Amino acid sequence: MTRAEGAVVAAFRDEWARVVATMIRVTGDWDLAEECAQEAFARAVDRWESDGVPDKPGAWLTTTARNIAVDRLRRSTVERAKLQEVAAVMDESTVDESTVDDDRLRLIFTCCHPALPLEARVALTLRTLCGLDTTEIARAFMVPVGTMAQRLVRAKHKIRNAGIPYRVPAPDLLPERTAAVLAVLYLMFNEGYAATGGADLVRGNLCDEAIRLARILHTLMPGEAEVAGLLALMLLHHSRSAGRVSAEGELIPLSDQDRSLWSASEISEGVRVLEAALRSRRPGPYQIQAAIAACHAVAPDTDNTDWSQIAALYGELTRWTPNPVVELNRAVAVGMADGPAAGLALVDALAATGALAGYHLLPATRADLLRRLDRPSEAADEYRVALGQVTNEAERTYLARRLATLEPS
Amino acid sequence: MRYLFLICVEPGTTVTPEQANPGPWVDEMTERKVRVLGDRLRPDSDATTVRVRDAELLVSDGPFVETRELVGGFDVIDCDDLDEAIEIASKHPVATFGTIEIRPIWPMVR
Repeated sequence: MTRAEGAVVAAFRDEWARVVATMIRVTGDWDLAEECAQEAFARAVDRWESDGVPDKPGAWLTTTARNIAVDRLRRSTVERAKLQEVAAVMDESTVDESTVDDDRLRLIFTCCHPALPLEARVALTLRTLCGLDTTEIARAFMVPVGTMAQRLVRAKHKIRNAGIPYRVPAPDLLPERTAAVLAVLYLMFNEGYAATGGADLVRGNLCDEAIRLARILHTLMPGEAEVAGLLALMLLHHSRSAGRVSAEGELIPLSDQDRSLWSASEISEGVRVLEAALRSRRPGPYQIQAAIAACHAVAPDTDNTDWSQIAALYGELTRWTPNPVVELNRAVAVGMADGPAAGLALVDALAATGALAGYHLLPATRADLLRRLDRPSEAADEYRVALGQVTNEAERTYLARRLATLEPS
Repeated sequence: MRYLFLICVEPGTTVTPEQANPGPWVDEMTERKVRVLGDRLRPDSDATTVRVRDAELLVSDGPFVETRELVGGFDVIDCDDLDEAIEIASKHPVATFGTIEIRPIWPMVR
């Protein structure tokens, strides 16, 4: 790769979203904005090779994209309305440095508008903010390219036709709309995190993109504690990436992971971001989940994990998001902190509500607690129930191995 | 932008007249100059459907499509964008027990 090519690749990562965001604002046309941004990057490859890399690549790209837009609008028609658009696009004051960050924020909130279907919000965010092309997004979500292309077209049409505004929401709407943005980023991250092996690299890439966007959002909205909470949560989960999958592509449970493979830099960054957020004393579900992840991340092993703290945090989390799966996690933590009998009592109470009927982790958790209580035949029965309900291949392998250790050989 | 609000209620929904009274909302939105017009609609049983097929006039009783929700009223709203339309809709009393469907009006080019 030549120096100029390297500079274009770097600029694509750093500047794509800024260029597209500004072009959408000045042209009001999402397709035109994307095309002009794309063309500007293509021109940079040649121009930077011959003229050298500009001091401010982002400014060069935005100016170039704007000139391309002006040319296109001029060529397309000479109607008065179009000429007015040209004048607006040419106005230098519309792209000064200070408005550019606001443009990215406008773009994030518009892509994640609740009037768009959830899958379209994710796709549009990956397209316009991360610069992934339609084929890459389709592969990441395992849908045909045509389906994904249509999803993106429909979303852009709805933004225009339904009058979805291109702006950061008013303060009274900001909390719920920020939560909507965070939900999109977390969904994107989890899609990537669910992917396990080398064949799933495109999906794994979603984790990096989600973290990158959360970083940008955190820079743009430093006062929002939950934004920091989500960034910390994703960093702390991601820190375990290298340790959670075996060479054969099998998921390794937390207790058996080689913790020396965890990323120390992501753990320390995650903890630092979380601590700063907690100091603002505006708690929320992402910060609580990040705190739980941090308890695991800083522990040397399962036995030396602060399970009482984790149990208390799960208790706190159920106050924010009442959810039987969170209750089950709390029971596991209590089982570790206060012994398997205490955990089993909570699991049994949860099972009695019927809220988790058919969910394989309920019998799997019961099985594990019974095993630790030295009740092997009951534990084996529960593992068999779990095996009848599990759908994920990696988890099935794990449960079968657990069952095998209980059965006399 | 102009939007048509379809004020929908599921049949059998029981609310007090005070809960359903759109009066204060109408006053507020008229004052704000965002409400162009609107009214209640008589029920499906009073609807008449008209079609012309092969130059033949077909008139029938009732709505063309039976839906679960009944359109009980409509409003034409003229406001800045979808966020403002959502805010206006969220203040409509029916939003608390029925549904407000926001449809952007597609202006005819003549």
